[in-house]
Amino acid sequence: MDANGFLLLSALIFVIGATGVLLRRNALIIIMCVEMMMNSVNLSLVALSHRWGHLEGQVFVFVIMAVAAAEVAIGLAILIANTRHHQSVNIDKINLLKW
Amino acid sequence: MGTLFFVAVGAVALAAALGVVFSRQPVHSALFLMANFASLAVLYVLRDAQFLAAAQVIIYAGGIVILILFVIMLIGHDAADAPDARRRVLRYASMALGLLLLASLGLQVWGRRDAAAGIASGGAPAAIGNELFTRYLLPFEFVAVLLLVALIGALVMGRRLAAAPDAAPEPDA
Repeated sequence: MDANGFLLLSALIFVIGATGVLLRRNALIIIMCVEMMMNSVNLSLVALSHRWGHLEGQVFVFVIMAVAAAEVAIGLAILIANTRHHQSVNIDKINLLKW
Repeated sequence: MGTLFFVAVGAVALAAALGVVFSRQPVHSALFLMANFASLAVLYVLRDAQFLAAAQVIIYAGGIVILILFVIMLIGHDAADAPDARRRVLRYASMALGLLLLASLGLQVWGRRDAAAGIASGGAPAAIGNELFTRYLLPFEFVAVLLLVALIGALVMGRRLAAAPDAAPEPDA
């Protein structure tokens, strides 16, 4: 079995995640969609790692997982801190820095 | 057989991804996200990445989704996606942009397809650890520092300030 199917699936999940970021207004769901996009990139890295017989791609994925964990922890902390002030997770209402 | 299995698991992953985007309740989105992560772990096993499959289940399904569920529990749900006229235009624009991205990504992937079967890279924990602790030791240490910084940052930002008017009196500070 070749890598094409994995790359196509990865592209599809990435597009669904990106569209979700644009469609939804709930900041929690936007964070979930960003996580899903990162995971789709991980899938393509694993597929290409297998395609070329190298382990570099898998080491990349390991590092990306750690970065994703850090990102989701910080993102949720920002969200909680923001919710204390605004009582809302709607990103249309989080516009303090908007010009 | 392998192709059939891939199609089945990939369909589950796609359906779960759509569920994340189109669920009304954030809790349902989080559960669909967990299904998506789990099916990706199955696909990792299919590509000889056993260590990453285990890490995916432990870190994502066990850590990140639980964290998100806790935050949903804390913040609760509000009607954040109330549709109005302005939003409807933006909704169609978002879908058009998504289709554009799908077309460009799909054309790229399709244009570079090859029929090579691939070489088993051997993603057992021992092999990954060997690479990680010899050739990629410096990035590994950087990741450790990054996680420490993220931990402290999340602690500082999530803390309730003592000067806040609604802060509970601390027993002994």
